[in-house]
This record gives sequence, structure tokens and C-alpha cells, in this order.
Amino acid sequence: MKDIASWVLETAKLRGASHAEARIVDERSRSLATKNGRIASASDSESLGIGIRVIANGGFGFAATDDLSREGVESCAARAVEIARASSSVKSQELSLVPEPPAQADWASPCKIDPFSIAIERNLDLLFAIDAALLAVKGVTLAETSMNFRRYEQWFYSSEGSEIHQTIVTSGAGYAAYSFQGTEIQKRSYPNSYGGQFQGRGYELIEELKLLEHAGETAEQAVALHAAAQCPEGKFNVILDSSQLALQIHESIGHPIELDRVLGMEANFAGTSFLTLEKLRTLQYGSEIVNVVADATPAHGPGLGTFAYDDEGVAAQCTPIITNGLFTGYLTSRDTAAAIGATRSGGCLRAEGWNRLPIVRMTNVSILPGQSPLTLEQLIASTERGILMETNRSWSIDDKRYNFQFGCEIGWEIKGGKRGRMLRNPSYSGITTEFWNSMDAICSRDEWTLWGTPNCGKGQPQQVMGTGHGAAPARFRNVRVGTAYKGNE
Amino acid sequence: MLDRDQAGDIFGKLRRLSQADEIELLISGGRSALTRFANNTIHQNVAEEEYHISVRSAFGNRTARASTNKHDDDSLRRVVQSSEALAKVQHPDPDLLPMPTKEETAAANVDGGDGMVNRYFEATARLTPQDRAQGVAAMVDVANKHDLAAAGIFSSAEIVEGIFNSKGVNAWHEQTLAEVSVSMIGSSSSGWQKANAPDMARLDPVRLAEVAAVKAIESKNPRDLPPGKYTVILEPAAVLDIVGFMFWDFGGSALLEQRSFLNDRIGMRLFGENITVWDDVYHPLQAGVAFDGEGMRRQRLKLIENGVVRAVTYSRSSAKRMQASEMAGKVGPVRPTGHGFALPSEIGEAPLNIVFAGPLEGESRTVEQMLASTERGILVTRLWYIREVDPYEKILTGMTRDGTFLVENGKVVCGVRNFRFNESLLHMLQNVEVMGIPTRSCGEESFDMVVPPMKVREFNFTETTKF
Repeated sequence: MKDIASWVLETAKLRGASHAEARIVDERSRSLATKNGRIASASDSESLGIGIRVIANGGFGFAATDDLSREGVESCAARAVEIARASSSVKSQELSLVPEPPAQADWASPCKIDPFSIAIERNLDLLFAIDAALLAVKGVTLAETSMNFRRYEQWFYSSEGSEIHQTIVTSGAGYAAYSFQGTEIQKRSYPNSYGGQFQGRGYELIEELKLLEHAGETAEQAVALHAAAQCPEGKFNVILDSSQLALQIHESIGHPIELDRVLGMEANFAGTSFLTLEKLRTLQYGSEIVNVVADATPAHGPGLGTFAYDDEGVAAQCTPIITNGLFTGYLTSRDTAAAIGATRSGGCLRAEGWNRLPIVRMTNVSILPGQSPLTLEQLIASTERGILMETNRSWSIDDKRYNFQFGCEIGWEIKGGKRGRMLRNPSYSGITTEFWNSMDAICSRDEWTLWGTPNCGKGQPQQVMGTGHGAAPARFRNVRVGTAYKGNE
Repeated sequence: MLDRDQAGDIFGKLRRLSQADEIELLISGGRSALTRFANNTIHQNVAEEEYHISVRSAFGNRTARASTNKHDDDSLRRVVQSSEALAKVQHPDPDLLPMPTKEETAAANVDGGDGMVNRYFEATARLTPQDRAQGVAAMVDVANKHDLAAAGIFSSAEIVEGIFNSKGVNAWHEQTLAEVSVSMIGSSSSGWQKANAPDMARLDPVRLAEVAAVKAIESKNPRDLPPGKYTVILEPAAVLDIVGFMFWDFGGSALLEQRSFLNDRIGMRLFGENITVWDDVYHPLQAGVAFDGEGMRRQRLKLIENGVVRAVTYSRSSAKRMQASEMAGKVGPVRPTGHGFALPSEIGEAPLNIVFAGPLEGESRTVEQMLASTERGILVTRLWYIREVDPYEKILTGMTRDGTFLVENGKVVCGVRNFRFNESLLHMLQNVEVMGIPTRSCGEESFDMVVPPMKVREFNFTETTKF
């Protein structure tokens, strides 16, 4: 790989590039899924190629190829320089990178059991057993299960002298039961919706999820939702389970703190952000118990945003994003950090694969658990009147990340500190800063889970990235509930 | 670029390596480039070339797929072995059919679709980074003229897709595509336009930039209106992004799995009588491939006729399952329609070449005419972050974006702060008062379609945001 990189860096230099990076990626993935007792997906995939990013004439250029011959990569490097020169013909601001010392490193994510070493029959047997358990519950009309594995090996070389080799294994699994009755389709998922739980670990994650053990209850709830009362409309105290709070963090904290959005670089597609530069260290983002970090370091846990170095060779870091409610940090890269006068990148530049330009991405954006011991049941017991909502069903937020609306799969009425009747079609909405300032309780470490969001879309061409979000159940006061169905009764 | 003969050679190698009962190759890829700009500066500029080899092996009624982008002999051997190893351990699927023959894939009688229109244009394929930069510079000039900041993309691509199987199927598609999307950003407002076409000559970046700029200028200092039910005039991009969410339900698999809002509703008048929709890959404004994931020729289908759902799409397998189900006889014609996805598939099939029939002669209205006939309403440029709230009533939520205006007494009065909507598609398509001429449109929430602008009464806005 070093030879290939040297051809790239030499060609880029000869063509006049002032900076060059080569990322060679060898990726393997496996996807298995069942649907109502049939195979829905059974595929293995591998991909190998190189992405080359250069700066020439003060412009960025990027070219990628799957041809790793000397001729192929030299031609690709020359194309990247040509593209960079074209970029430099249209600019109203100068490009610069904050300094980063070159690194030489070799790192692998924690993986006790290589998921590709597990017999496919064993995986399928588990998925079909879950599928059958879901369909065994009367009223379930559709059962879906899935299991996904990925091994991502990357070699990064830069003209500044970095040589970084990383191998990251991710695993994920989950399932859903659907029930169609009358004029409604209801759904329950485990352990989370949209594919379940994902982490940067091996097959040990699948074993720990205890998937089959929860199938019966999941299916029964999907059917029971038809007889449940419609979630009322009005202002309520709301408790969110940790998976829903993780998505709330993703959408209303993770995206607005991306500095490329703030600087307008995503204005045409993903959008911008309400977190304009003057709000740094002045905006009360949340209540005093809201503490959020963006932490890519292995110490944070095996999240989908955990690595040793980002995709421009910056070491993983932990950045305080919200500190006792105060907005304290952005997600940054070397060029966006330079644009606001920062001295170092926060290490958040990531690419979906070898053929995509790395862009500013979330790492693990997590809310820290409460300091005092507090379980979910204790939180419910301390709530006189409210609604507990679990597991995301729909999500939407405006292009500056102010107004949001989430729907959940199931709700529970809370009265007098007790979990009461089941509610169907729960939803809530609000304005980001008002919502986070209404948080008055969060459970402690025992209830905290590092969730994986494997499907975050951003960039043009669009890239799908995995991000991590640690969260514990939390309570929010006087939240608007039920507007999703308002006017559609 | 990889050609049909080279792809055929790859299939020949794969076939010689195969020990399965049947083997299929899907091959796709090409050259693509995208120039991205923001703050009147090109800040990202990329190009790639890649060809993806995807092999499906079948042993009786067991099948699986393996893919690679490596074309050397060892990699081809490995991808065949992977697909075979994965297929052998599958649970048998009683509904899996043998791969189709060339005769079966070509058997569809396509009304009006005998000849595919040309979708490959040399001039589009030859666009250089400098060409795209010049196009961007022209859009930035528009921004500078109006004291705005421009952001967007200018992309071009030449792509191939082919399918080969051991029964003799051998289908190939080549296409080019150019796309321009531009946002104009002011201090309190923004405007947006987007267009794409196989032929770059059909795109006018400067005109798109000018329209986006006018929207940004006319929507500055937006007024805060209360949420509620409003008459809306939806430009084509707004129509496409919201209606796109329902077409994934127009498949036999979705009906059989009871995840479709059409369950128990086929043959009912679900929408207004002015709604007629085709799936038609052969339409001159459409793009894409005229065969499906098994190589079956796509048929031209009338999905909705005067508000009544008449037909849904089928793969070979879902047609067989439907014919044997209790639903057969209640769901319209059941036959393979050439809309299946590559097997094994979680989704099954869907129509992805949607063409709305235009209004009757004399009833068509331009957006300007719709505005002129509106006493009070909202003009919507585009919708954003649309998600499904209720899968059976098809309630969708999302936001307006990049140019939302108050219309009073037939004229645009001012910009308004963006709304959140929670609207049932059933309700919306029952309340279309007027339509315009369908045009090729593209957005960010759905696939490209040929759709008209629409004037819709009682569109349900439930909240507003702060800008």
C-alpha cells in the first residue's frame, strides 16, 4: 500500500499540488435479512479502491478509482490536481488548513469475535427463529429481521508524512413486528427501529442483545397497540427512552454543531444551522443538567463514531459541546477550523468509503448521564403526570435545525408516578433550544446506552455514515404532544 | 468506459467458474463528477470511476448474492465462490423461480414503448472540470449581481447497467446525466432551483440561478403566519417530493406483506378524478433503465385512473405469490410488470418512472395563472425532511424551504416563515383544484418524476419555525 501511496504523492507533487492525501480502503460487508419466513437479503460485498485529495492553486480536488495499478493511480492523482485547479478558478475566500503533526499509527477497533468467522447458518437460524417467534403472535402480519457486519480497513498517507492504518469492525442486528388491522398499521421494533443496534464491535454484540428473548413481548405490543388509546394532544411532561433521546441528540444537537453547515457549505442540500458563530460560549443551549460531548476516542466506548484518527489524519478527540447547558463547541475539520481561527481541528472529517471526499461528520455525540443514581422506574415514580415515549417511528427537522417533530412506536401514560395505560401513535414537537432547556432530569450511568445510527445521510454525492449517540432516559417539561395527527383526525 | 462486450467477457469468465444451477451478473458503474460550491466558492470537486460486479447464484430454490469492484481473475473466482457458499446455506424459498429466459424477459407487450429513446449524449459525457467550473462561475455571477451567496452543485455522469444470466439474458443500458442545483442565500431568506437531464443542452444553469435569486429577494424579511389549513400552490419539485412517498406501496409484495396503504383499497376512488398516473420508463422526459433486476422488460402501466388505483407493479415472484393468494381477483391485473429489484430483495418491486397525466385541454394552468386565481394562499417552492407519520392514512410530515410566499388577491405579497405540515396524501390528492403541465422534476426527498404544479385546498400546516 505504501508503494501505491508513494506513486500518488509523487504525481500530485510533480503536477503542482501543495498538499496531497491518499486513502486506500479495503471493505467487506455482509447483509442478511428475513421477511415473513423468507430470505429478504443474503449478500456479501467487497470493495477496494483509492481516494485522492489534493490542494492545488488554493483549491481542493478529489478523484477516486478502483484501478490500483501504477498507471491507474497516477492518472487518478493527475485528475485530482486538474480538478483542484478548476476549483481555484471560482473562489471568494482562501483555503487553508490548521496544522496537525504527522502521525504514524496502527489501530483496530475492539472485536472479540470476528463476525465473518461465524457460520452463516448460525446467523440465519437465529433470524428465522426470531421471525417465527414474531409470526407466532396472533395479529402480526409482517415480521422483519436483519443482521449486518462490516470490516473497514484503511491506509492513510499524506504529503505531510502521516502513515495511519486502521481496521474497524461493526456489527448490527434487530427486528420489527407489524400488525395491520382495520385502518392502521402498527409496529414494534427491538432493540431499536431501522435495523436495531449497531456498534463498533464483533459478534459479541449480537450475543449480548438477547434478540430471541424479546421477540414475544415485541410482537404482542405491536398487536396491542390497536386497542390502545390515541396519544392525546396538548402540553405534557415527556420522558424519552434512551434510543429516542439518542435520535433527538443526533438531529437537534449533532447536525447543528457541524461547522461546515454553520459556514454555509451544506446550504444547498443538508442545510445550514441556527448555531451561528456568535453563539459559541454565549448560548444557553439547554438546562444546567445538559452536558454533551463529541467523543471519538475509544475511551467513550465502541460507537459507530469511534476511531483513532479521522480521514485527514487528525487524532480522535473529546470535544465538550454543551457544558452545564452552555454551548461550547463545534464539530470541525482542518479547513473549517482554520476558517473560524481555531488552532486545531476537532478531528471530525470522515468519508463513507474510498470513493467519497471526507466531510465534517458526527463522531459519538452523547449526552452524559446524571451524576446521582436514578433509574427509569425512579424517574417515572417522580413524575406526577406525563407520557413515556419509546422507540422512534418518524423524525423530521427544518434545515436550520430549529423546529422538530418526532413520532414514536409506543407511549405510556404516567399518572401519580405510575406507568399507566398504553398510548398509540405518540408524537412530540418543539424548538430545539426551548426543548433542551426544558430537560429537568436524566437517568444515571446504569441506564445509559451507546446507540448506533448507521444511516446518517449528508453531502453531495450523498454519503451514508454511522454515528454514535450515548443517552439515558430523560424528562422534559411542558412539551407539545400529538401535533402529528392534528388536523388529520 | 466499460462496454457491453467487456461486460459479456466478464460474465463468460464468471459462468465458467460457476458450479451453481444458474448464475446471473448485474454490472453497473461508470464515470461521474460533481462540482460543489458554497459562499460563491467551489469548495468540493470530485470525480470517480468504478464498476460494480454483482453475482447471484442459485441452487434449486436457494439463492444469494455477492459483489465486488475487483475485476481480476482471483477476485472473480472469489465472488462466485462467495455467492455459491451463501446460496447453499439458505433456507429454501418455495416461491423462487428459475432465472428467466431471454424470450421471457422480452415478452412484455409495451404499448408505445417499442423503441427506447436515446439517453446517451456525447457532449454531456465529455464535460470537463473546467466546463463545470465555468457553469458555476456563471451562477456565482448571478449571485454577485444580486448581492447574494450561491451554493449548489453541477454534476455530470456517464453510466452503464447490464444484466446477463445463464439462460441467455443479455441486456444493456448506457446513459448520461447532468444536474444543476442552486440555492441563493440572502440575509433573511433563500431561493432554490434544481434540474437534471440526460442531455446537458436541456439545462440552463443561469436561468435556474436567476429564478432562485428572485425567490431569495422576494422572500426576504419573512412574515410569521399562524399555522392552519391553507390553499397551497405547490411547484413541481414540492409535488414530487411529497407524492414520491406513496409509490413504494404500489407493489405486489407490499400488498402481500400488508404494509401498503393500498391494502383493501384497490379499485376504490382514493384520489380526485383529476389524478391519473402512469409508470412509463419510455416517456421522453424520463430517464433510467428499461429492464428490471431480473432483466424483465419494464411495462408501461396505468397505476391510477381518474383517482382510482387500477394496477400495481410485480416482479415474477410476487406475481406468482399474488396469483396464489386470497387477494387475487381483488387487486387488478396480476402479471410480472418488469419492476422487480435485484434478488433477493427486501422491497420486492416499485414503480420508479412516474409520469402524471396532464390536465384536460383547456384546464391546464401555469403557476402564474394559479396565483392569479388565488384569493389567499401559500406558494411553496420545495418541501424538506419529509417522513411518514402514519403508514396507512399516508400522513406525512415535513417542512417548507427556500422560498415560501403569502399569496393574496392573486399576487405574491411577501415571504413567510417556513411551515411544518402534517398532511395525508389521500387528503391532498382529493383536493387538487388545478394542475399545470407535467415537467421533469427533481428534488431531494424522492426519485425524479414527470409531475405538474398543483393548487391544493386545505393543506394542513401545523407549526412554524423561526425563519
